[in-house]
Amino acid sequence: MAKKSVWSDNRFWQRSAGWVTGVASVLLMWLTFDTIPQITLGTDADLENGVTKRVPGPTVINYKITYEMDKKRHHEVPVIGGANAEGKSSFQEKEKFFGRDDWSEEEARALLRLGKLGSQAKNCMNCHTLLGNGAYYAPDLTKAWLDPAWGPNGPMQAMTGKNTKEEAMAEFLQFPSQYPTHARMMPNLGITAEEAKGLVAFLKHMSSIDTNGFPRNFGKIEGAVHGK
Amino acid sequence: MANSHLKYESKKLATWYFTFAAIIFGAQLLFGLVAAIQYVMPSFMFEVVDFSVARMIHINALVVWMVFAMFGSVYWLLPDETGIETVGVGIGKLLFWAFAAAIVVVVLVYLFIQVGPADETTIWFIHEGREYIEAPRWADFAIVVVALGFVANLYMTGIKGNRSGIVTVLMADMIAFSGLYLTGMFYTDNISMDQFWWWWVIHLWVEATWEVFVGALAAYGLITMIGAHRKVVEMWLWIEVAMLFGSGILGMGHHYFWIGTPEYWWEIGALFSALEPLPLVAMFIHVLYDWGKMQGQEDAKGLEQSVITNKPAFTWFILNAFGNFLGAGIWGFFHTLPQVNLYTHGTQFTSAHGHLAFFGAYATILIGMMYLGVQGKNGIKIMRHTKSSIWATSMIFGGVLGMTMALTIAGYADFIISRAQWGATWEGYFAGQSGVWYLQGMNWRLIMGVVTFIGFLFLVKDLLSTGRAAHHER
Ligand code: HEM
Ligand code: HEM
Ligand SMILES: [Fe+2]
Repeated sequence: MAKKSVWSDNRFWQRSAGWVTGVASVLLMWLTFDTIPQITLGTDADLENGVTKRVPGPTVINYKITYEMDKKRHHEVPVIGGANAEGKSSFQEKEKFFGRDDWSEEEARALLRLGKLGSQAKNCMNCHTLLGNGAYYAPDLTKAWLDPAWGPNGPMQAMTGKNTKEEAMAEFLQFPSQYPTHARMMPNLGITAEEAKGLVAFLKHMSSIDTNGFPRNFGKIEGAVHGK
Repeated sequence: MANSHLKYESKKLATWYFTFAAIIFGAQLLFGLVAAIQYVMPSFMFEVVDFSVARMIHINALVVWMVFAMFGSVYWLLPDETGIETVGVGIGKLLFWAFAAAIVVVVLVYLFIQVGPADETTIWFIHEGREYIEAPRWADFAIVVVALGFVANLYMTGIKGNRSGIVTVLMADMIAFSGLYLTGMFYTDNISMDQFWWWWVIHLWVEATWEVFVGALAAYGLITMIGAHRKVVEMWLWIEVAMLFGSGILGMGHHYFWIGTPEYWWEIGALFSALEPLPLVAMFIHVLYDWGKMQGQEDAKGLEQSVITNKPAFTWFILNAFGNFLGAGIWGFFHTLPQVNLYTHGTQFTSAHGHLAFFGAYATILIGMMYLGVQGKNGIKIMRHTKSSIWATSMIFGGVLGMTMALTIAGYADFIISRAQWGATWEGYFAGQSGVWYLQGMNWRLIMGVVTFIGFLFLVKDLLSTGRAAHHER
């Protein structure tokens, strides 16, 4: 009889499976402990002190946000409060949000909370993608705040009869099927004026998250297809 | 349910689970059709049953029927593996009714209440608005109780009876499966943190614990349906467990490229998720190899008969081995490198993969288990195909493959136009949606969805009637 080989021994493979799984799980937990602090919500003090966070604090709604190419990282990153000489966030330039640029930490936090809860309660994710995850029936919302469609040259402010981005968005969210842009429309979800404000804050905050360059070239290409 | 052929209460309970799963599967397909019609005709049921509602029911029903069929599969195979009646099967029956009732209430609330105010009551009582695990918090707790009871039964039975390799794998796997659900049960204002943990449920289910579950089911199927040797099958199973967990656990990095998480996930996600197809190839080869080997031995004896004791079930097991490899392995690999995923992330391409993977890896083998249930319940020794089972198999598999092709073509048009050319804005999104390839893809998806649904009707007819057919060997 041939000598019994370890390669055909079930105990050996059972132990190997245990070890491989154990090592992979431990690595995952270790990486998780590294990642969690990096994606924890920043604070107002961070913004005031010029500390860049991957997920800035809620008072980021007081600042101007843009999405610029980072020379070192070779992709776009959110730039908060205007860029400094190296092209990084300078946290200087403020921007009024519903008429104010002095939302306190508590107020901004409450607004963000209302918006995040609203995004779940209204089921945004089952039509849109957020950070690229969700459904594909409607545009990605990751950088919706920065979408040229809502800017001064886009159609949405004129359509909703509002003069600022945030008001135009809030108006649209409350009465979406009154402002159709395509045959495929957003339905009325019973969003109140207050909830709409929260949702816009949530969107503005989401646009400030460092998503490693996703989506690429956002808002940079105009009319590339039809040469408009 | 008076089924004289089932000796074990555990197996009776399994048939309840299978029955409920099949009903929810039907609901899944119906609401998928509603959503697919809305792509082609946006006014369809607008502000009555909106896309978000239809899709929520479609994908939540998908998860639920699969979990039901998985629980049912365990209750089915436990007596065969352990040689004893399942411990606590009485409680198992109670939990079944609690689970089924909870699901019915949840779905009715989705359908008739749909949305709530932006506060925690909505999350507790209507839905959580996080795809696949939308169930409201009260139902989460109900599910945890049911899962705990299920895992307890499995453990008590495994400890008391003969603990085979398959049962050992299931014991380890099901506790991880249930435990992971907890990581999706909290609220946070931080969308990055939210999605970080959300993937612990979704990814570590479908690309780790559920895959291992399928490995165990396939092993059981090979032993019961073609008489493969347990020792060989269980050795393969352990190798598969090592490969699946070894790649799948850290493969989770492929969902951490763009949600706010640090850059190192690019490398980790790319490396480990690129390895994920390997165990799927191994599983495919394993199933075919064992089949060929057993049939070859039979042929060598000069016996001109098939070794397969349940043709329709085995067909679905083979389709599982193939579909898993194709949908998860090939379609998954297509978009798993960050350089590609930067553009395909969250497009119809994702949907193409999602369909073929869920179907190929899970729907197939669970339908196979339902056929094993019908066979056992009717005391059939050798179960053969019927006309309906052949129609069902080809229309469902062909239909889903067709939908996947349509979505893949639409997906290319989608991400090249809306992402690569237009930079993902609102306008770019709709430019992508109006491409000719895209529009035709959506039409074909709907057509193929209808084919799938007709196949499902054949499947139901067959499951209900084949037990009485005369051409099986009893
Ligand atoms: C009658 C057949 C079906 C039709 C018409 C259909 C239609 C749809 C539609 C319209 C969506 C929404 C996609 C989006 O957000 O844009 C969807 C999502 C989904 N369906 Fe189906 N479906 C069908 C069958 C199935 C089957 C058999 C499975 C799996 C077993 C499945 C699994 C999924 C999954 C996993 C998603 C989410 C995909 C993602 O987000 O990437 N569907 N389906
Ligand atoms: C049976 C196993 C699998 C199932 C059921 C499955 C299912 C899914 C589903 C439903 C999604 C979409 C999630 C959403 O709605 O946002 C998804 C995403 C993804 N899957 Fe899988 N998958 C499986 C295996 C794999 C494998 C083996 C790979 C890689 C080799 C893979 C790579 C990916 C990637 C990269 C994404 C992200 C797509 C995006 O960025 O939009 N999957 N998977
Ligand atoms: Fe994954």
